[in-house]
Amino acid sequence: MTNTSFPLYPHRHLLGIKGLSPLDIEMLLDRADAAVAISRQQEKKTATLRGRTQINLFYEASTRTQSSFELAGKRLGADVMNMSVASSSTKKGETLLDTAITLNAMRPDILIIRHAAAGAAALLAQKVSCSVVNAGDGAHEHPTQALLDALTIRRAKGRIGGLTVAICGDVLHSRVARSNIVLLNALGARVRVVAPSTLLPSGIDQMGVEPFTRMDEGLKGADIVMMLRLQRERMAGSLVPSVREYFRHFGLDAEKLKAAKDDVLVMHPGPMNRGVEIASEIADGPQSLIQEQVEMGVAVRMAVMDALLDPRRNAEGGAA
Amino acid sequence: MSATVFQNARVIDPSRGIDERGAVIVIDGAIAAAGADALNQGAPDNATIVDCQGHAVMPGLVDSRVFIGEPGAEHRETIASASRAAAAGGVTSLIMMPDTKPVIDDVALVEFVKRTARETAVVNVFPSAAVTRGFAGKELSEFGLLSEAGAVMLTEGRATIANALVMRRALTYARDLGITIAHETQDPHLASSGVMNEGLFASWLGLPGIPREAETIPLTRDLMLAGLTGGRYHAAKISTAMSAAAIARAKDEGAQVSAGISINHLTLNENDIGDYRTFFRLSPPLRTEDDRLAMVEALKSGAIDVIVSSHDPQDVDTKRLPFAEAEAGAIGLETVLAAALRLYHNGDLPLLRLIECLSTAPARLFGLPGGTLKTGAPADLVLVDIDAPWIVREADIRSLSKNTCFEGARMQGRVLQTMVAGRTVFSA
Repeated sequence: MTNTSFPLYPHRHLLGIKGLSPLDIEMLLDRADAAVAISRQQEKKTATLRGRTQINLFYEASTRTQSSFELAGKRLGADVMNMSVASSSTKKGETLLDTAITLNAMRPDILIIRHAAAGAAALLAQKVSCSVVNAGDGAHEHPTQALLDALTIRRAKGRIGGLTVAICGDVLHSRVARSNIVLLNALGARVRVVAPSTLLPSGIDQMGVEPFTRMDEGLKGADIVMMLRLQRERMAGSLVPSVREYFRHFGLDAEKLKAAKDDVLVMHPGPMNRGVEIASEIADGPQSLIQEQVEMGVAVRMAVMDALLDPRRNAEGGAA
Repeated sequence: MSATVFQNARVIDPSRGIDERGAVIVIDGAIAAAGADALNQGAPDNATIVDCQGHAVMPGLVDSRVFIGEPGAEHRETIASASRAAAAGGVTSLIMMPDTKPVIDDVALVEFVKRTARETAVVNVFPSAAVTRGFAGKELSEFGLLSEAGAVMLTEGRATIANALVMRRALTYARDLGITIAHETQDPHLASSGVMNEGLFASWLGLPGIPREAETIPLTRDLMLAGLTGGRYHAAKISTAMSAAAIARAKDEGAQVSAGISINHLTLNENDIGDYRTFFRLSPPLRTEDDRLAMVEALKSGAIDVIVSSHDPQDVDTKRLPFAEAEAGAIGLETVLAAALRLYHNGDLPLLRLIECLSTAPARLFGLPGGTLKTGAPADLVLVDIDAPWIVREADIRSLSKNTCFEGARMQGRVLQTMVAGRTVFSA
């Protein structure tokens, strides 16, 4: 992958999908396509970001996303440092911004942040001089997840525009759902959400989606079914009465999937709760894209970091 | 004898319904005359003459909801620093909330506030006291003794009394003493972990929302209890049309109730939060533009009686955080008048009504001196250039905390001079 074969990416940070143009998104997906090829070579390491420093600042434990970012950075040749903030300075009472300012003084080129609070990535971006990638901030956004989902869909279906995508499950607390809703709408897909109303955010009908509260209706004619993870603590009788009732009504199994198109494909951002939101037969079945999503995750993160750290940005004198 | 004459003034006195060209004569700390014919007897000998050049002289503002960090959080605001901010904002009297460390629920603490104010403050600072000991929502504080010591209001500050029986008894007992209970209502279960107004904007930001009903449901309970007990109840800070309607209904039914609103909820809406700006994290949360407009209407119709700054100093430790982790609250003493004048300049509210809500009405409701230019009243007044444009700059803020919602905002209307009991405590 070479930077110069793609147009200069116009943003310095990736804080959310909101604010990106369809062109920005397509450009990142094109770059990611090229990155897939690198990951499939025997020699996976490039010199694209040689000499650059990437810091992963994960306030929430996430093996999957953190290792994906780490691998992406390493394949681009960057020096990658993982900060286990969940177990160090935060326990001593240091605030997010003080940690950020400290890290910034070490002159990294890019900070990847995962935080339980919505807006944390945007706050960080205001205070540091390097690029910031939001790896998930509360229930707000998880832009690289939406991009990897889009890449997976585009490669499997050849397009995104015109497809019907049903996002099912805990939309209320899901940053994945928000980023996907924005991205899929930007690229012209028809987006539905399917969940009990207790798991849908206020104003959902104005968010560019068609809301459904029954799986058979919501999945009808769908090209893609995107399942969301349901956090265990949200099942204990407050938002849904029980796991068994949830699985009965909203867990994806072969029977419910029949309502969708014959060539429907199934996605899940992981980690899965088998038998809660998805049956194993589906997760492991031929319609599942779940493994591909993981592979595309590395490619998308390579593409994003490559685009944000494009050397032409500095060459043109525009650090911003 | 010391005398000051404000001549060539636009005299605004909501307590007498006047807005006219004239003069204000202050003799020995009290108003001797104010209005068009104040100078009929001529100016007193040796008086200091202030040529107002047509600018407005009005009663000093009476701010009935001010949070101060003393005792316990003096780095955020002291009684002295708050009073200087108040003077600069044209506020000559303020009621200090009992949300301090320790909570003001004891006679000794009321006396501490009075003494500190007497020794360090440049404006009138009136203490309020907690309804329940330690804000625990269980045992009533010593209403009678607190009131005798100088507490002018009972309030649970930022907290809501969850137990209806406690509220009933508080209203009943306070009725005998003629004290008002001021209450901010928010159902803790409905509000849950919410940090901003529930709705589409919160949904996109991924922030948990607080529905309007979280305010109005406990308020409705309180209003019914006010009707039941005959106690005097003040809804301290309302933000929804439903709440205003409930107040109006209770007033119609003869309950002894009144309501206040913060200047923030009259001039801002949830969109000001923008990209997670924590200075706009308030309680109750900023609502939608429709709600704001309904609040302006409620002020006009009289459902809402008073405007407060809800001055709430927070420092970087509590504000420089992700939105949901930040404390609620914004300072406002220095900007309350200028921000309120937006409503006048926009044509939303007549000037006399606006000034009434900021001075005469709160003074009357809480039995405080001031809020009037009547002969014999203390000379708590403010000289204002109603049209002067200025921009709020952090560097100019006198409060020890800088968490203003109006940083960089363009204002129209500037305090030129503030006088408390005839003594000039601020001049521009």
